[in-house]
Amino acid sequence: MKDWRYRLADQRGTLIALALFLLMFTIYIANHPAGLTANVAQTAANKGVLLAFIAMAQALVVITAGIDLSVGMIFLLTNCLASWIVVGAPVPTALGVAGVLIAGMVCGAINGLLVIYGRLQPIVATIATGAVYFGIALLLRPFPGGSVNEDLADVFTGKLFGVVPSSLVALAAVVLLVWLPFRRSEIGRAAYAAGSSESAAFMSGVPIRRGKFAAYTLAGLLAAVGGLFLTFFTYTGEAAYASGNGYTLWSIAAVVLGGVSLYGGKGSAVGAIFGAFAARTTGDMLFVFDVDPLWQPLLQGIVLMLAVSIGAFGLLRVRNRLEWFG
Amino acid sequence: MSEMAGRISGRFPRLIRRADPAVVTAFGCILLLLLLGSLYSSNFLSLDYLLQQLKVASFLGVIAAGMMLVILLGHIDLSIPWVMTAGAMMACAAAGFGAVGAALAIPFGVLCGVAFGLVNGVGVAYLRIPSMIVTLATNVVAQGLMVVYTGGFSPQDSAPPAVRWLATGFVVPGLPNAVLVWLAVSGAMVFLLGRTSLGRTIYGIGNSERAAYLSGVSTRRVVMIAFAVCGGLAAFGGILLAGYSSKAAQAMGDAYLLPSIAAVVLGGTSILGGRGSYLGTVAGVILITLLQSILSVMQMPEAGRQIIYGVVIVAMLLFYGRAPASR
Repeated sequence: MKDWRYRLADQRGTLIALALFLLMFTIYIANHPAGLTANVAQTAANKGVLLAFIAMAQALVVITAGIDLSVGMIFLLTNCLASWIVVGAPVPTALGVAGVLIAGMVCGAINGLLVIYGRLQPIVATIATGAVYFGIALLLRPFPGGSVNEDLADVFTGKLFGVVPSSLVALAAVVLLVWLPFRRSEIGRAAYAAGSSESAAFMSGVPIRRGKFAAYTLAGLLAAVGGLFLTFFTYTGEAAYASGNGYTLWSIAAVVLGGVSLYGGKGSAVGAIFGAFAARTTGDMLFVFDVDPLWQPLLQGIVLMLAVSIGAFGLLRVRNRLEWFG
Repeated sequence: MSEMAGRISGRFPRLIRRADPAVVTAFGCILLLLLLGSLYSSNFLSLDYLLQQLKVASFLGVIAAGMMLVILLGHIDLSIPWVMTAGAMMACAAAGFGAVGAALAIPFGVLCGVAFGLVNGVGVAYLRIPSMIVTLATNVVAQGLMVVYTGGFSPQDSAPPAVRWLATGFVVPGLPNAVLVWLAVSGAMVFLLGRTSLGRTIYGIGNSERAAYLSGVSTRRVVMIAFAVCGGLAAFGGILLAGYSSKAAQAMGDAYLLPSIAAVVLGGTSILGGRGSYLGTVAGVILITLLQSILSVMQMPEAGRQIIYGVVIVAMLLFYGRAPASR
């Protein structure tokens, strides 16, 4: 095979997710009464980026063959924290933003420490830390409320030059500043190697612990960015258990739709972003087709079920039945 | 006489040696919790309180029994919340169809759970989709079905008398029926896991599905059955809960997913599958129920309860749930 074909095969999951999203978004826009105007794009982007950030966070951990069931709770915690400290004059606001991001990183780092050095299974460890993070969020905001620097919020939720949704620009900036450097660094490769085969990576002298720790910490950071954006959209902080849980579950769905393997070592956070957009567009499509909102969860579930079943076609290519048990 | 004493003394150390350290620790933690609770109020050691706790624990216990089967296989079932709700709502709905409906309410609800479990099982076993994602999708589908069914509101129909009796009545004076149900389910689980080939196969698949397959076990069928049983037990737990609170409500299952996983894992079952005893799961269920109860009796606000709950689980896992150092 030529070089480019390997590269294409490496990005297949991401490209399929992109194609899926583009297909769904085209259908959505074609049936939207207003067509593709700047406002429609802005609304769609603002709805999509929240899940996109959480899905990126989840993707980072899933690449190391782990799972983070506390992302939704870190998201809530940082939302509640932001509704306290991202206020006032520019300098306190900037400090507040930094504080929120650091809080997210600390949450992610705690998960990483428990999983790597505590040798706990990621599923149960993050369930437990998720309960703790939700408790802290509830301490911060027993009742929905608070406020945020609205000028800053409007900058991040509005349009750049009157056309481009600025939330999308922020998402692209996060990809450029967090994901790409991580992916291209030694640490990032170590995270992939740890997910692909931990013992082989260890034997080859790859710094797997540092790689996994970085992945968990950055996942906390990305979840905090998501929490910050939630505050920008709603102007308030709210510790809603169902919402945090929902984001956690949909982040796993988005990661899978985005071509990231739950067994680790395969996929990219960019794919997870398109997976998140595709998942969000399902909801929007039901809206333009005038489906009764009551049917929305059911149709979303069926779409999700069909989407994950597509992976089963790979079974047809299996020559040796033992490969079933991967 | 001396021979008898020798036999007994010879037996006890073996019992202790054979006991799973995780199970012993979990029971130790239960005693510790009761002790701490009794320092706060002497009511914690009263028979009434303990029976009440067992009754509340029995709902979680029935659900955790099913969850344990799936975790022993090395899989996980995230569809518990809405399968529970679906089971409860369908049982309440069936009771609306006269005397026949009322008689078939419980079997019908459980069957609905089994149906959702079968969907999970087919996805995991035959389509080879990771269990986490199939069960997640099933959860959303079950939620969607129930939202459509109820029209977005809590249904008006309340739990039929038979269901209420099963959850809150007394056959044996003083012993709530829910506890008897849990005992029956537990007996069946112990028999299934220890004495049937299905149970032994479940352990085998959890250790190595490949090896089990090569030994001639139709592993895919076993996985599917385990998921179906898990769905059925989740629905049954939901029905009991509906009987306890006398109606089926939309979000009733949300509070049961994480505790059911935590109970199984705290009881010493490996989340990677293949290892664990049912007694440990019982200990885990009682432990979690007691912890929640003591925190609420102490009038700890919800926030503090969540934090302590999470910290205790992490601490206990660090104490005995760590993976072996691989190198």
